[in-house]
Amino acid sequence: MSALTLASKRRRSALRTLAFMSPWLIGFAVFFAYPLISTVYFSFMHYDGFRPPTWSGGKNWAYVFEHYPLFWPALRNTLWLVLVMVTLRVVFGLGVGLLITKIKTGTGLFRTLFYLPYLAPPVAATMAFAFLLNPGTGPVNSILEKAGVPAPGWFNDPAWSKPALTLLALWGIGDLMVIFMAALLDVPAEQYEAAQLDGASAWQRFRYVTLPNIAPIVMFAVVTGVIQTMQYYTQPLIAGKVASGVIQGAGTQFEPGYPDKSTLTLPQLVYNLGFQRFDYGSACVVALVLFALSTAFTALLMRRRGGLIQAGD
Amino acid sequence: MTQVLDQPVKPAPPLVSGAERTARRRALLEWIALHSLGVAAALFFTLPFVFVFLTSLMSDTQALSRDLVPHTWEWGNYAKVFDTPGFLTWWRNTLVYAGLGTALTVVSSVPVAYALAKFRFRGRDLSLMLVISMMMLPPQVVVIPMYLFWAKQLDLSGTLWPLMIPMAFGDAFSIFLLRQFLMTIPNEYLDAARVDGCGDLGTLLKVVLPMARPGIAAVALFQFFYAWNDYFGPQIYASENPGAWTLSYGLESFKGAHHTDWNLTMAATVLVMAPVILVFFFAQKAFVEGVTLTGVKG
Repeated sequence: MSALTLASKRRRSALRTLAFMSPWLIGFAVFFAYPLISTVYFSFMHYDGFRPPTWSGGKNWAYVFEHYPLFWPALRNTLWLVLVMVTLRVVFGLGVGLLITKIKTGTGLFRTLFYLPYLAPPVAATMAFAFLLNPGTGPVNSILEKAGVPAPGWFNDPAWSKPALTLLALWGIGDLMVIFMAALLDVPAEQYEAAQLDGASAWQRFRYVTLPNIAPIVMFAVVTGVIQTMQYYTQPLIAGKVASGVIQGAGTQFEPGYPDKSTLTLPQLVYNLGFQRFDYGSACVVALVLFALSTAFTALLMRRRGGLIQAGD
Repeated sequence: MTQVLDQPVKPAPPLVSGAERTARRRALLEWIALHSLGVAAALFFTLPFVFVFLTSLMSDTQALSRDLVPHTWEWGNYAKVFDTPGFLTWWRNTLVYAGLGTALTVVSSVPVAYALAKFRFRGRDLSLMLVISMMMLPPQVVVIPMYLFWAKQLDLSGTLWPLMIPMAFGDAFSIFLLRQFLMTIPNEYLDAARVDGCGDLGTLLKVVLPMARPGIAAVALFQFFYAWNDYFGPQIYASENPGAWTLSYGLESFKGAHHTDWNLTMAATVLVMAPVILVFFFAQKAFVEGVTLTGVKG
């Protein structure tokens, strides 16, 4: 009798869990598992969306890695962005976070002003920077020329387009600033006092007290920064489209990566192959490369995070 | 410290007084240095907004010059943007996408987050890991099969439905954030509700939801911003039909159509930025209030 009620109790509890989890279980199957398997399937098929898909073996893979002219430039750009943009964002975010914790007058106002650019919608923010940095009449170059500094071509110069994107990314530092601010305020004050008694300089206090305490957050910022860079899409796309100036309306016909492939990123290749060239098979190959890279870094995040994600457990 | 220095009757030994003065001077210099840095940073963060706003008020001819400040303040530029064919439709579409999408996300994500936070079942840790993996997945990874599914099988391209329907099935980021928030609700509240005869659904609706209001507000805020900012989604599913465009997507075509009219393009840019910033200012207050009122945090 009691065994029976225990069994029915268990069954009811399982049903309850199933009921509460059901939206996500369906979502997981239909919008994650199925399309992921399907992406692997299409990566081995020739498919243009009109004629039925036919088996093509490793042809799409060979095409993407050996002949597709945009793949390696996009990967090189991603590497550049990881090395330069992610590093500068972490350093700048930490600097702004430090500054805001030290400032004692008007802290609230400073914090709001520093945070606001992060909220600017990516398309609008990129349009704003395309205007600010435009070589013809942009305010930045007007000021630089008045000051006698040679004005770069920014989004119109292959050598300067990624630095211009970096500037845009540094403008929207609000997310990292908040994370670092919270981490810096969590450093125990006694440790600073002890260091001060030992006669440690400001740099030594930062190096031997602050840094070790916030190291996990710095690591978190680096890894999430890398993952975000893998997904970097809207800003480089809009910057290239606006700077090229040839677009009429928001059609599908535009040269990706303007100027000279310098703003190409991997997600743009999925769009280029799938929705501009109708080569769905090769688009799926790039999608899988993107998947492998972001999964690798996500795994790193879950392993390294330790205390961060299981917080409250 | 100041008291010691101000006392005229008992003059401090010159050495100490000198050290004190140096310390005070250094503190003052530090204050000045810090606040100069702060002002410099504030200029870096605000000047782009200022230049964009000033340009949005220039006349057509002046917008082509290198002037920084408008000679005449052309507020009519904003009226012109609203008169652009489609602009109001994009505005409405964005509100539907952001509003309905946010509502669907919250309704579908809360029960999942609750189960992940408070139920014990086999596969819970695995589910949480998969939620995090979905959260980190770039949308481009699965876009080809998803596009074929929505466009070829369900014939829904040219609408925003392919972006909103999935939100009825839980959003990974929202589930994760809510789960983190619900973990902070003590189990005693749930046990008390059960003793009072509340079922699982009753406990969720009557006890958990009111306590989780700040978490839900945060999730709703993030999801609203996500939909408002989304460019890739509308580009894939709505590009063929301008009647389904959102502001973020339409803004870029605005530049295409107005080529050199930076003033009108910047006015449109301001109109896309402003609502997000306004929502933030209002919601920030509600958010902070919510956290203090419910006393969940602490």
